[in-house]
Amino acid sequence: MQDIESNIRNFIQESFLYREDHGPLAEGESLLESGLIDSTGVLELVAFLDQNFGIQVTDAEMVPENLDSVRGLVAYVRRKLGATEQAA
Amino acid sequence: MCGIAGFFGWPMLPMQAQNAARNMIDAISHRGPDGQGVLVDGVATLGHARLSIIDLAAGTQPMTDEAGDLAITFNGEIFNYLELRSDLRARGVQFRTESDTEVILRLYQLKGTACVEDLNGDFAFAIWDRRRSTLMLARDRMGVRPLYYAHVGGRLCFASEIKALLRLPGLEANLDPIALDQIFTLWLTLPPRTIFENVCELPPGHVLIATPGGERIERYWSLHFPRSGDEAPDADEDATAEELRALLTDAVRIRLRADVPVGAYLSGGLDSSVITSLAKGMAGSRLTTFSVTFESAEFDESVYQRQVVEALDTQHRSVACSAAEIGGIFPDVIRHAERPLLRTAPAPLLKLSGLVQRNEFKVVLTGEGADEVLAGYDIFKEAKVRAFCARQPSSRLRPLLFRRLYPYLPGLQAQNPVYLKAFFGSGQDLSDDPLFSHLPRFRTTSRAKAFFSGDLRSSIAGYDALAELRESLPSEFTYWDPLHQAQYLETAYLLPGYILSVQGDRMAMAHAVEGRFPFLDQRIVEYAARIPPRLKLRSLREKHILRKSMEGRLPPAVNRRTKQPYRSPDSQSFFAPTGPAYARELLSRSAIEGSRYFDPHAVEKLTRKCSVQGAVGFADNQALVGVLSTQLWDQAFVQAPAQSRSEPANVSAV
Repeated sequence: MQDIESNIRNFIQESFLYREDHGPLAEGESLLESGLIDSTGVLELVAFLDQNFGIQVTDAEMVPENLDSVRGLVAYVRRKLGATEQAA
Repeated sequence: MCGIAGFFGWPMLPMQAQNAARNMIDAISHRGPDGQGVLVDGVATLGHARLSIIDLAAGTQPMTDEAGDLAITFNGEIFNYLELRSDLRARGVQFRTESDTEVILRLYQLKGTACVEDLNGDFAFAIWDRRRSTLMLARDRMGVRPLYYAHVGGRLCFASEIKALLRLPGLEANLDPIALDQIFTLWLTLPPRTIFENVCELPPGHVLIATPGGERIERYWSLHFPRSGDEAPDADEDATAEELRALLTDAVRIRLRADVPVGAYLSGGLDSSVITSLAKGMAGSRLTTFSVTFESAEFDESVYQRQVVEALDTQHRSVACSAAEIGGIFPDVIRHAERPLLRTAPAPLLKLSGLVQRNEFKVVLTGEGADEVLAGYDIFKEAKVRAFCARQPSSRLRPLLFRRLYPYLPGLQAQNPVYLKAFFGSGQDLSDDPLFSHLPRFRTTSRAKAFFSGDLRSSIAGYDALAELRESLPSEFTYWDPLHQAQYLETAYLLPGYILSVQGDRMAMAHAVEGRFPFLDQRIVEYAARIPPRLKLRSLREKHILRKSMEGRLPPAVNRRTKQPYRSPDSQSFFAPTGPAYARELLSRSAIEGSRYFDPHAVEKLTRKCSVQGAVGFADNQALVGVLSTQLWDQAFVQAPAQSRSEPANVSAV
């Protein structure tokens, strides 16, 4: 589970957080409000979830509650992976 | 169309002045390959590089009156010069040439500096009035022709391009950090500021009057709109459309005046098709049109270009532009643009003007200006939808309209309404902010500032480009309709500060090509400002009144076509497999540390992302092009070899 979070943090760190002086991202920090992400950024995030976790993000799930903070992303990924395991 | 340069003030030995002016003119000889001239008259020196278009034999410059009391160096065209000439002749004025240059000179003799008010044209000129010991600099209303000045060695020095000023000993090329902040927010610098410290731009619609006692800058024209609600509420649509077409027809007619053949740019969109179709009826022979095509379907419009060419039966020439070529010519683009850029869009236009030159044309009509004057840009529709969403913030349906605005952006089509709303800032932007229409664009652009170095940040600490822009707005601005406010921001700032300069004059004149812009005829600009907003942007249909005025005169597919903004490949132009070697070098840690404008670590990450991932979003693209172009600018001007800026070698012989 720690893996999921560090994986996500790494991706955000590499793809959106260009400056070192930003400091570590707070768990609940909004990617939109901190100006880290735009419409393409959201799609990059969706592609990352697919490639790294094999998660297919549906249109209805593409909402800020799921994708706009580290906390939201971790919870969303856990939920999706759990659902996949149960289904399997 | 030409290049001008000169200086006024502290006297120089005549030979020295001659050489200094020649050296300045040499730097901009691409603007006028047909001849050069310098006139030295005591405290004033005028230089000229000529591209002959009207009165090929007698129109040489600098031109003087019989007594030698007045001299002019002039870049541009006065389109109503024939009418002015016959008025003046009726008043007994004698002419020695057939040129428009002489018309300005004679008008000045009669009216002094107020002569600019009668000129309908694109111009930048300097008049030396020996008897009054006055130098007048003037620039056209819309900012088609450039004019820069600087104070060097006790003299006021001026030129069409900054590179001519940099030939003067005593003027160092240094980056103005505030200007970089402005470009990385607004895409432009707010005049008189330029990216070069101590170099000023004479704003459009202004004159500068210099005497031994001092200088003053005066505005002789400004764009203004009626108060909201006062815009001819009962304006009849058919009559308006007809009046607009009549004005446009005349604007094209007087822009066909030249002693050389006139061609036209054809993008495949509505505006250039309108101009081509009107010109076709008036040009004596078959009209020659020029266009640029792209290999990527995302940017290419050649299908539409072919439709128009077929329908209007023009002699068409096109040139293809690949991402690799954009990367290849981008250093030239920056040398001509003389400033950092946030997009590569000027590059294909540099190729296009090369095509025009190879075909031995010197003059082209273009459709530029219609989007500003008649409300064609997406940003106008976007602002309308944002305001519509803001009126009912809880609506989940209203934000879906954003998808309709940008059918050509696959990234937006996939977005959920909550995100759409967030991207367009409908939650946070106050609709009474004068910059409301442009805030999302300014926000996206400003993200490139995350790459500024610590040094640069501290030198601009506390500066706010948006605050300066707000303060520069005319006092009546708040009383205008929201569409007119947005149009003003485009027409008074983006048009001269980016479209007409970087994408227009500089890319065309690099190949000695003069662009002419019928939509920017002052009669059309002033008439269009009075047309009610609902006739310009009807619901979400842009340039409604223009389409109406051309109904039945253009192929219906063209007249109905939604605007596709002109774009070109950005970051993909600079990386492997076909990317240019300079990109990696200039973006390397050592180069970034050397120039000190940007944060090396952040640039490293961005470069890695763009080179690995290929297609990235707006913000990343803008940042990459912004950083790279600033580095190229630094290399071309700040680090430029000293000899290109030194005094001419033969000065010591004086």
